[in-house]
Amino acid sequence: MLAPALSPTLAWTIYLSFLGALASLFAGNKRPQAARVIALLTALAGLAISISAVVQYRPGEVLTVARLPWIPQLGIEYHLAADGISLVLVLLTGIAATAGILFSWNIEHRTAEFFAFYLALIGGVYGVFLSFDLLLLFVFYEIAIIPKYFLIAIWGSSPRLGQKGHAGTLREYAAMKLALYSFAGSGLVLAGIIAAWVVGGQTMSLQALAHTSFSAHFQMGVFPLVFVGFAVLAGMWPFHTWAPGGHAAAPTGASMLLAGVVMKLGAYGCLRVAMMLFPRGLDPWGIHLLGLGSWRDVFALLGLIGIVYGASIALVQRDFKLVIGYSSVSHMGFALLGLMTLNQIGLDGAVFQMFSHGIIAGLLFAVVGRMVYDRTHTRDLNELAPMHLARAIPFAAVVFIFAAMASIGLPGSSGFIAEFQILIGVWRSLPQMAAVAGFGIVVGIAFTWRALTKAFFSSGPANAAEDPLAPITWPERLGAFLLLATTLAVGLYPRILTDLILPSLDSPLFEGLRTGAWR
Amino acid sequence: MSAVASGAFPWLSLITALPLAGALAVLLLSRWHPSRARDLAVTVAAAALVLAAIIWHRFDSNSLGMQFQELHGWAPSLGVSYRLGIDGLGILMLMLTAIVVLMSFAASWANSKQGPVYFALVLLLEAGLFGTFTALNFVHWFLFWELSLIPAFFLVRLWGGKKSAQASTQFFLYTMVGSVALLLAFLAIFLAVGSFDFIALTSFAQAGQLSATLARHFGPGGAKLLFWAAFFGFAVKTPVVPFHTWLPATYAEAPSETTMLLTGAMSKMGIYGLLRILLPIFPEQMHRALTLLLWLAIASIVLPAFAAWAQTDLKRTFAYSSINHLGYCVLGVCAVSKLTGADTNLATEKAAALTGVLLQAFSHALTAAALFWFLALLERRSGGIRGLNDFGGLRKAVPVFTGLMGIAIFCSLGLPGLSGFPGEFLILKGVFPLAPWAGSLSLLGLLVTAVFLLNAIQRVFWGPLNGRWAAMPDLTTAELLMLAPALALMLILGLYPQLIAGPVHATVMQWAGQVRF
Repeated sequence: MLAPALSPTLAWTIYLSFLGALASLFAGNKRPQAARVIALLTALAGLAISISAVVQYRPGEVLTVARLPWIPQLGIEYHLAADGISLVLVLLTGIAATAGILFSWNIEHRTAEFFAFYLALIGGVYGVFLSFDLLLLFVFYEIAIIPKYFLIAIWGSSPRLGQKGHAGTLREYAAMKLALYSFAGSGLVLAGIIAAWVVGGQTMSLQALAHTSFSAHFQMGVFPLVFVGFAVLAGMWPFHTWAPGGHAAAPTGASMLLAGVVMKLGAYGCLRVAMMLFPRGLDPWGIHLLGLGSWRDVFALLGLIGIVYGASIALVQRDFKLVIGYSSVSHMGFALLGLMTLNQIGLDGAVFQMFSHGIIAGLLFAVVGRMVYDRTHTRDLNELAPMHLARAIPFAAVVFIFAAMASIGLPGSSGFIAEFQILIGVWRSLPQMAAVAGFGIVVGIAFTWRALTKAFFSSGPANAAEDPLAPITWPERLGAFLLLATTLAVGLYPRILTDLILPSLDSPLFEGLRTGAWR
Repeated sequence: MSAVASGAFPWLSLITALPLAGALAVLLLSRWHPSRARDLAVTVAAAALVLAAIIWHRFDSNSLGMQFQELHGWAPSLGVSYRLGIDGLGILMLMLTAIVVLMSFAASWANSKQGPVYFALVLLLEAGLFGTFTALNFVHWFLFWELSLIPAFFLVRLWGGKKSAQASTQFFLYTMVGSVALLLAFLAIFLAVGSFDFIALTSFAQAGQLSATLARHFGPGGAKLLFWAAFFGFAVKTPVVPFHTWLPATYAEAPSETTMLLTGAMSKMGIYGLLRILLPIFPEQMHRALTLLLWLAIASIVLPAFAAWAQTDLKRTFAYSSINHLGYCVLGVCAVSKLTGADTNLATEKAAALTGVLLQAFSHALTAAALFWFLALLERRSGGIRGLNDFGGLRKAVPVFTGLMGIAIFCSLGLPGLSGFPGEFLILKGVFPLAPWAGSLSLLGLLVTAVFLLNAIQRVFWGPLNGRWAAMPDLTTAELLMLAPALALMLILGLYPQLIAGPVHATVMQWAGQVRF
C-alpha cells in the first residue's frame, strides 16, 4: 500500500468554481464581457489544477484532498480524495467546462446569470468526482441538478421544425423532465445509501464501506437500487428519455456539459458507489428468469439495448440536435456494457469511454448548436441540406468530419480505444453480446454518416438569396481545437489515461469487485 | 524472424510521413498560392516514388522475413506496438502505390476542377496506403486501413458524378461493415492469444496452436466464425463476389483520376490482407473451407466478366473487369491453402501460383490505372460522354490514342509480351495441379474477358467514324510523354517478369511452405 498522498490544491477546482459563480453574479448582466472573462479564467484555473494533478499523480495511489469532521456523531466527514479514475473525470470536467464557455461566448441574454449557473454546475460536478464520503457525494450530486434546470428553462431553445414536423420539445418541459428524472434517481440512490449506513456500522466513508462485508443478500437488494438510481443520469435504457430532449433543448454550452460530464456523473456513480460498495450484488441469483441469471446480465442487456436502440432512433431523426442526443444514449450504452463486463480491460474501456464521449459529444453539440444552429436558426436536416453548409462554413464541416470520425470510433480517435477495450472485455465475459455490439457500431456509423452528408454535403439545388452566414469566431476555433486535440492525443497515445485508470482498478478499493464476480 | 536493427534509418516511417506532411503543406500553401498546390502535390508524390525506389534498391531479395523493421512501444497494456516492416509483398505494394498515385496526378494534369483540397486528400490516401502496407501490428495497421477510407470517400463524394452521394455512402458503409467484422475478429483473437502482432500470430498459427486456443475460448466453431469475419473484411475491399455490389457504382461515379487510385491501389489492400493475414494466420480454416472459397473466386472471375459484357457505360465495363482480374488473385491465394503434405512438386506449384498473384496484382494496378486514365482523357475530349455506343471509328480521328489504349486493353486481356500475361499464366499453372476443376472453370472468365474487351475496342475505335467526333484532338505531346513510362513498364514486365518475381521470391517460398499444421 502506498503512503497517503496529499493534494489540497485539487479542492480549489470546486471552491474556485463556486467563487467564480459569485463573481460572475457580482459583475452583473450589464457587464457581459466581464462575466465571460471571469467564467473563462475560472474554468482555465480548474483545468490547470486538474492537469497538474494528473501530471504529478503516481499510479495507484489515493490522493487525500481534504478531510475534516463534519457530522462526527453520524460518522460523516468532509472527505475529498481522488484516485486515477476520479482524476480522469476531473480532467474531463476541466476540458469540457473550458470548451463549453468558449462556445457560450455569444450568449447575450442575462449573461452573468448564465455563467453563474454554469460555474455552479461545474463546481457540483467537480465535487461529485472528488467526494470520498457518500453523503458529501450525494450533496454535490443534488447541487448539480438545480443549475441544470435553470440553464435549460431560461436559455434553452424550443426547436422550430418544418411546418409539417412535430411541435418539438418545449424547453420548460425538457427542463422539468430532466429535473424529475434526476430527483427520482437520487431518491433510489438515497434509499440505498441510508441502508448502507444503517447496516455498515454508521459510516459514510467510501473507503470504510468498501472494506465492509455486507451480506450477499443485502447487496443483491441494494445494488440494483443504487445502480439504477445513478444509471438514470447515465441515460440507461429505458430510463434515457430525459436525455435526447434535454440535450436538444439546452443551450449549446449546457448541452456540452449535460452530455459531456453530467451523464458521466451517473456512470461514475454506478462504478464508484454501486459496484465498488456492493460488488456481490452482481453475483448470480441462482435462478434464471428469461435467460437472465444476475443483475449483471440484466444491466449488460439494458446497456446493449441502449447501444442499438439509441443508434437506431438517431438514424431516423430530422432534428440534427436530437441525432446527437440519441447518439449519447448509444455511446453511454457502451460505457454501461463495459462496466458490466467486470474485467479489467472492459472496466478500463468504460472509464475511457466516459472521458472520450465527454469530449466527442461536446464537439458534436458545439458544431450543431453553436456553429450551425446559431447561424441558420434551424436544426431540421431537411432545411439544412439546401444551405450547402460545407461551402458556407467549411470550418464547421471539417470539425464535424473529425468529430464524426471520433464518434464512430475510427482508429486514431479516443472513441476507438474506448470501444476497442470494451469489445475485448465483452468478448471475454459476454461473448454472445459481441456481435450485437458490433451491429450497434454499424448502425452508429450509418446515422453519423447520414447526418454528416445530409447537413453538410448535400447535393441538389442551393437556396438562392440566402444571407451569408456569420464567419466562425475565435472562441469557437479555440474551443474546437481544444476538444479535437484532446480526442486525438488520447486516441493516439492512450497511456495518458490508461496509466491512470488501470492501477486504480487494482487498488484495494476495488478488492470486493475483483474477488467477486471479476473474471 | 530477423532481429530489429535498432538505430537503423526509419525508411518506412519516412515514406508514410512524407505524403502526410505533404497533404498538410498543400493545404497550408493553398492559403497563399492556390495555383501552386498541384506542383507541390506532384513533387511530394514523385519524392515518395523516389523513396520507394531507394527502399526497393536496398531491399535484400534473398533474405527471409521482414526487413527495414522498426519497433517501439506504444500502448503495451493494450498489446499495441509501433512495428513496421516489409517483405517481398510489402515492397511490391509500396512501389505500386507510389506509381499509381503519380499516374493519377498525371491524369489530372489538365483538370481545373481539382483544387488544393483534392490534392491533399489524394496524398492523405497515399499515406494511408503506405501505412497499411508497412504496419505489422493489427491496431496500427487498422488505423491506416480506416484512415485511407476517409479521403477516398470525400474524393468520390465531392468530385464525383451526379449519383456520387449514393455511391459514396454505399462504398463507405459497406467497407465499414467489413472493417467492424474484421475488428471484432481480431479483438477476439487478441483476447485468446494476447497479441496483435502479425508475425507473432503467424508463428503461433504455424505451430498449429491458434485453432486450439480459439476453440478453448469460443467453443469449437469459434475459429471458423472468426475466420469468416476476417475474410468478409477483405472480401469487401478486394472485392469478392457477392460482396462487390458497392464497386461498379463507386468506380463509375468517382472522377476517373480517383477511380485510378481506387482500382489501382486501394483494391490491393484486400489482396494484401489475404496474403499477409488470412493465409498465414488461418491456413487451417482456409483449407477446410477450400471448396467454397474456390467457388467464390470462380464467381468473382466469371460473373463480372459477363456483367462487363452487358454494360454500356465504359467506366462500368472496366469496373467489372477489375473485379474479374482481382478474382484471379483470390483464386491463386485460395488454391494455395490446399493441404498437400510433403509433396515438393506441389509446393513448387504453390510458389508459382503465389508469384502469379503478386505479378497479377502489380500488373492490374498498372493496367487498370492506365485504362481509367485513357477514359479520363476520353471524357475530357467528349465532354463527359463515355457510353459504349456513343463513339465509333475513333481510330480515324485519334490514331495515337487508339493505339496506346489498345496496348493497355491487350495488356488487360493478358496478351503474351505484356505484363498481364505472366501473372495469369503463373496463377493458372499453379492452380491446375492443385484444383483442376477450379482452374478449368476460371478459363471461361478468360474467354469472356477477351470477348468484352474486343467488343469495346470494336464499338469505340472501329467501324465508320461518328461524325460528331471528327474533330476530336489526339493526344498532346505532354500527355504522350506522361503515358509513355506506364506503357513501357507494361511491356518491360511482360518481357522480363523477373523484375518482380526476383524480389518476391524468398517471400513466396516462405509462404508456400507455410500451409502445414
